[in-house]
Amino acid sequence: MQRSSTKAPAISLRGVGKSYSGVSVLQNVDLDIAPGEVHSLVGENGAGKSTLLKILGGAIRADHGTLTFDGERTAIHGPRDAIRHGISLISQEGALVPALTVLENVFLGRWSQRLGFRRAREDRERFDRLLEFTGFDVDPDRRVDRLPTGTQQQVEILRSLARGAQVLAMDEPTAVLTEHEKENLLGLIRRLAAGGTTVILVSHFLDEVLKVAERVTVLRDGQLVITEDAALHTPATLVRHMVGRQIDVLYPEPDPVPADAPVRLAARGLGRGLVGGVDLTVRAGEILGIAGLVGSGRSETLRLLFGADRATDGVVELDGTALIKLTPRKAMAAGLALVPESRKEQGLVMARSVRENVALASLGGRRYGPFVRPAAERSAVDAASRAVDIRAAKTDAAIQTLSGGNQQKALFAKWLLRKPRVLLIDEPTRGVDVAAKTQIHKLIVELAREGMAVVVVSSEIEELLELSHRALVLRHGHVVGEFPRGAPREAVIAAAFGDVGETT
Amino acid sequence: MTVEAVAETSTSHTSSVRRASRLRDYGILVALVVIVVALSLSTSTFLSTSNLVNVLDQCSVVGLLAAGATVCIISGVFDLTASATLALSAIIGVQVVQHFGVPIGFAAAVLTGAILGLITGTIVVRSGVNSFIATLATSIIYRGLAVVVTSGVIAYPLAEQAEDFGVLTWPSVFNLTSATVVFIVVVAAIAVLIAATTFGRRVYAVGGNAEAARLSGIRVGQIHVAAYVVSGICSALAGLILASRAGSAQSSMATGMELSAIAAAVIGGTSILGGEGAIWRGVVGALLLTLIGNGFNLLGWNTTYQQVVQGCLILLAVTVDRYLRKRAR
Repeated sequence: MQRSSTKAPAISLRGVGKSYSGVSVLQNVDLDIAPGEVHSLVGENGAGKSTLLKILGGAIRADHGTLTFDGERTAIHGPRDAIRHGISLISQEGALVPALTVLENVFLGRWSQRLGFRRAREDRERFDRLLEFTGFDVDPDRRVDRLPTGTQQQVEILRSLARGAQVLAMDEPTAVLTEHEKENLLGLIRRLAAGGTTVILVSHFLDEVLKVAERVTVLRDGQLVITEDAALHTPATLVRHMVGRQIDVLYPEPDPVPADAPVRLAARGLGRGLVGGVDLTVRAGEILGIAGLVGSGRSETLRLLFGADRATDGVVELDGTALIKLTPRKAMAAGLALVPESRKEQGLVMARSVRENVALASLGGRRYGPFVRPAAERSAVDAASRAVDIRAAKTDAAIQTLSGGNQQKALFAKWLLRKPRVLLIDEPTRGVDVAAKTQIHKLIVELAREGMAVVVVSSEIEELLELSHRALVLRHGHVVGEFPRGAPREAVIAAAFGDVGETT
Repeated sequence: MTVEAVAETSTSHTSSVRRASRLRDYGILVALVVIVVALSLSTSTFLSTSNLVNVLDQCSVVGLLAAGATVCIISGVFDLTASATLALSAIIGVQVVQHFGVPIGFAAAVLTGAILGLITGTIVVRSGVNSFIATLATSIIYRGLAVVVTSGVIAYPLAEQAEDFGVLTWPSVFNLTSATVVFIVVVAAIAVLIAATTFGRRVYAVGGNAEAARLSGIRVGQIHVAAYVVSGICSALAGLILASRAGSAQSSMATGMELSAIAAAVIGGTSILGGEGAIWRGVVGALLLTLIGNGFNLLGWNTTYQQVVQGCLILLAVTVDRYLRKRAR
């Protein structure tokens, strides 16, 4: 193995910040990591852990602040700079070349060679030594895209070691592993640290974090809360720091659901892939929240309710009538609407105007034969835009020139034109400024007051708990808890994490 | 940064974006006017009625194909079958003419074009293969069928039908050829279809973001099939114009012209990414390509360089579009 003899650098961050389209995801983070330390970053969804890791790994650039490696102040402009400093990012998405073999990936660009010819035997010997060191069991000649995700991750780790990485930055490395693989990985992390490699670990699994990390940093809403010795903490104390209280958003209070409100939407045993047998009911005028970690099946459940993906198990019922072979068209005809998770990918046609986007789902209602009725469309779109308060110079402006908040409001306007009876909302305020956030919250509460049944999925536990009458918690595609409005956040987060035990 | 400074940068940013987008929107018309003025000044013949009638007549074939290609590209797919569909529909048209006369034969050609478009679209949508590849394969099939149907020989109408068969070359209103009139009427109809109907709106939405369109209740596959049908009809009409001019149809007709059609669409400023563009842009692109050829003739330049110039023009159009798009971000 080509472990460099130089010691891993001490890493030092000062005032590091990052924002996306005006929304700050990381603010003023100061952090020091010692050489050979295992340092863990924890926090809720969207707390900024992955962002921080990606800044270190060169995948994204910080807007503010400085990075220092071993006393050398530097700017990381991309993955190449990070590699030069001996930092290797092992991300959730994976960065392997799918069509190449394990061996080719591990030594990508660093093959043993003589006079431009590859020396295959030497590479194999190097590979065997790496396997011996790591305890991994990987076939060097398998194509990477044929491997399970857990093994692909091992290939990434092997590659980092082959490159002589001195800092391994790992994003949720155990999420996709079996129990045995997890133990092996944690053992490897300890051995690497003992050998002088610095490991930075982002994980949702707090007990693992506490087992392996020397120090823990808790992030909340893009800010660093504490950096302390792991020995001082239990999962419960970490959760308490992760939660904290946010005071910058004031939530409107939803009206109580009338006692005689009928059940509008129900799902029984709904499942597909990850989602296994979800039961839920929403009454007219009720706001139901769905909480869970990333990958818990929240968005997937919402998509099944709308027919965006076809459920393989179970049934969706509207007013007691089963909606069979559900498609988005059928769901819309029955009175459902879905504000999807990603505005850009699933919600808006970015190249078109605000007006065309808002009108898109209700074109059939304003036509004369095959022709669009421009005047009717204009007045309908204007009315809907006013109702949700879209701040655009004119509705003929391209929707991509609008702020995230106004784009999100446009999605609401699009569905309001259909007067839906059930509104499914995935991440109502992701990437939205605070003012627009409050407006969207008010809008959701107002729609429920008028009798609409609303299902909200959100990564922000606070938003979810303040906004909904009831919240379900999903873990691994199953409902693992139900909480009333005003339930303690700690309890909900504990249910979502599943491995926290008693919280105080 | 102070609040004022933020506000200032954001306005100057938006105004430069606006300028860039306006240039992108209408730059192509400026180019057209420049070429027209240049040719008017440098030749005495360009502005003559007979030359202008001739330019429009020449433009009608590529123009029709470009309109069809534009519809497909806006909806997010390519139609490489255009010229093969053109040949096959024209040949079947001629064969029907031989038995049932010119009017029924022409109608049969248009019907064939529509059916071939329906088949192409169904293949693309059902197979799920990238439209570029799927239509490339389909176009080879159609060319092959054209050879099969003609047994490799040129198809002529009967001798006594020959004069009627040339109907599209006859002069019509304003001295324009009938082919030009067909071209203008059909392209105008398609322009209205795309710009003013609910179908047109769906075409833009599907091309701009198919998933968002699907989640808004639009049948994405149907829209694509319909786009291919429109393109098929355009191809058949273009085939009839060529056949009427030549007095015959054959399996190798218009080979490669599907690429000229796509080039015309792109020169006009329709984004190959889909969701943007307009029919008039395809027509302007076709006119530009035709004018370059016409200019070479009138100026007595060596026409061997014509293709080099056309290629450069395509490259220039796409590069400028990309540059302005980046600026607008």
